[in-house]
Amino acid sequence: MNVSILEPGEIAYSGPMKILVIEDDREGAEYLEKALAEAGHTAHVARDGETGFALADSGDYDVMIIDRMLPRRDGLSVIAGLRSRGNTTPVLILSALGEVDDRVTGLRAGGDDYLTKPYAFSELLARIEVLNRRTASRETETVYRIGDLELDRLSHMVRRGALDITLQPREFRLLEYLMRHAGQVVTRTMLLENVWDYHFDPQTNVIDVHISRLRSKIEKGFSSPILHTVRGAGYMLKAG
Amino acid sequence: MAFRFPAIMKTTAARLSALYLLLFTLCAILLVFYMTSLSATMLTEQTMETINEEVQGLGQAYQRGGLPLLVRTIERRARQPGANLYLIADSNGRILAGNVQSLEPGVLENEGWTDRPFAYQRFGDNSAERRNAEASTPGGTAAEVAPRHDAIAVVLRLPNQMIVLVGRDLSEPERFREVVRRALMVALGMMGLGALLIWYFVGRRALKHIDSVSDASRRIMGGDLSGRLPVTGAGDEFDRLSENLNTMLERIADLNEGLKQVSDNIAHDLKTPLTRLRNRAEAALSSQSTSDDYRAALESTIAESDQLIRTFNAILMISRLEAGYSSEAVAKVDLVAIVQDVVELYEPLAEESGVELEAPVTGSVVIDGNRELIGQALSNIVDNAIKYSLDAEGKPAVRVTLEKVGNEVRLRVVDNGPGIPDDVDRERATERFVRLEKSRSQPGSGLGLSLTKAVMKFHHGHLELAPADPGLSVTMSFPQRETGK
Repeated sequence: MNVSILEPGEIAYSGPMKILVIEDDREGAEYLEKALAEAGHTAHVARDGETGFALADSGDYDVMIIDRMLPRRDGLSVIAGLRSRGNTTPVLILSALGEVDDRVTGLRAGGDDYLTKPYAFSELLARIEVLNRRTASRETETVYRIGDLELDRLSHMVRRGALDITLQPREFRLLEYLMRHAGQVVTRTMLLENVWDYHFDPQTNVIDVHISRLRSKIEKGFSSPILHTVRGAGYMLKAG
Repeated sequence: MAFRFPAIMKTTAARLSALYLLLFTLCAILLVFYMTSLSATMLTEQTMETINEEVQGLGQAYQRGGLPLLVRTIERRARQPGANLYLIADSNGRILAGNVQSLEPGVLENEGWTDRPFAYQRFGDNSAERRNAEASTPGGTAAEVAPRHDAIAVVLRLPNQMIVLVGRDLSEPERFREVVRRALMVALGMMGLGALLIWYFVGRRALKHIDSVSDASRRIMGGDLSGRLPVTGAGDEFDRLSENLNTMLERIADLNEGLKQVSDNIAHDLKTPLTRLRNRAEAALSSQSTSDDYRAALESTIAESDQLIRTFNAILMISRLEAGYSSEAVAKVDLVAIVQDVVELYEPLAEESGVELEAPVTGSVVIDGNRELIGQALSNIVDNAIKYSLDAEGKPAVRVTLEKVGNEVRLRVVDNGPGIPDDVDRERATERFVRLEKSRSQPGSGLGLSLTKAVMKFHHGHLELAPADPGLSVTMSFPQRETGK
């Protein structure tokens, strides 16, 4: 069985996003702006909390990336302020503080995801793609269909073409998450967080082994790969 | 050694002593007053009783022999040494008989007890005193210098309007009061002096002790961390204080040693990959590099930095755990669920590596803890166990068990690999950055076990490594409080 490996450059990202970056570190902000532009997005940068809050309040952004420790106004206070004004734009919190309780306070303040510095850009990109406000939410769909692969969230039935596939509960949740974000890159840490609900960095490639097991179940006997590995980033479920 | 008064005054003991001295003096003064007034009252009462008896005796004499016998009795009694005061006067107050020369005017007008002490002059003993008085105050009149005494008395009026006075001099109680007062003053003075002396010697001893402790601590602050405070062996509170401080110094020295070791290890474990990183970048910059070389160099740079970041994160997490996490991070967690999660996470990896991973754990065991931290700690151990069981002689196997022993929940991971046969090595395995020689070649920061140890410490539990024959048994013991169920 051949494993399909995609290079990051081959991936067609969702349409261009309008992103607000609130980050006080000049180099970090410039790097993000440039890298996001290369990925096809438009990024606006604010270098302090107050400016960021004003921009977020007036602009119509798809995703916001907010650093926690900012001059003039703390990142969490910016988020809480926006949320209290009814702003529901998804927020990715970027922070050097990565301990368990930091993450909890960050999410409690109204953040949607939390990424610890230093981060890999591929990780950040994957996460904001998933957060993107304009990506149609598949949360309410009961049946996911990608190509000839079908997953019924109510009856827990998985079939590809005419073949019923039996999955373990965790494999089902893994496939469910991948299908919900089909066409998007899903990183190993995103999988560990969303499928296992743990936020640490596993030392060994435990996730990879789970993926290859799942892959063998859904690709065995089929000629076209559907679960792709994205080099240096993670995985993507995509038909064709 | 000179008496260092200002230094002594600066001590708490001296301040307390001064306060006590003040209180003591006040009490003593009150005591003197109380004692003297009490004794005076008693003496006055006694005096009045005596007078009453006299009056009774005189009354009997008057009844038996009328005025002549009364006068005779009075004359006789008046001549006795130390006699009471006797006086018979006519209805106009003129003195007819007795041993009283003159009286304050008005004393004889009211019958009964005089309402206050009155002044009088007595016959008989006043001639010598008068001479003395005249010598000391030349030109003074006799009336003015005649010795005046105070007395109390009973005034009676006979049926024939004659007045009889029976009284007693008050100078005796006064003298007695004076004696008591003086004796008390002397006693108190001596006590005060004694207190001062004791205070001085005790204070000086304490001061000497404290000075020696100060000297020793100054030496230690100066950098001599091996220095210790003096212990005299007396077993007193100073010794106890010194012993406790010495234990504290011991602990500081230990921590210092640990810190030194950690910084050495950081220097080694972080410098090595940083050097590698730098060398690779330098090599890639050399003239013969192709774009493939650049790519390879950059990729390995990223991989190496990721490893460095992981190491840093582990160091930070350990120090935060050791410094104490916020209690907000603790909730009721089910250890069984965590074990099942972690085992399920590692099961495919174990199967792929040919390791039998089993965890016969069911039900639920709830403790106060942090799911995330326990999950991470357990996955570190399971990860290690799978790696090391690969060197097993038979089929590699890892077994995770959970048992309750008393108030403890023991989470145990046993592998059948080569284990750590050496006791000292096993002890050291949980120290930061310690990677036993055999494992140096394995990937990892050398922080997995020390992170687990920090997690256990955070949960008020402990981590124990024991030989499993063959293999290694790692036990995480959590305290379990009764939940009242």
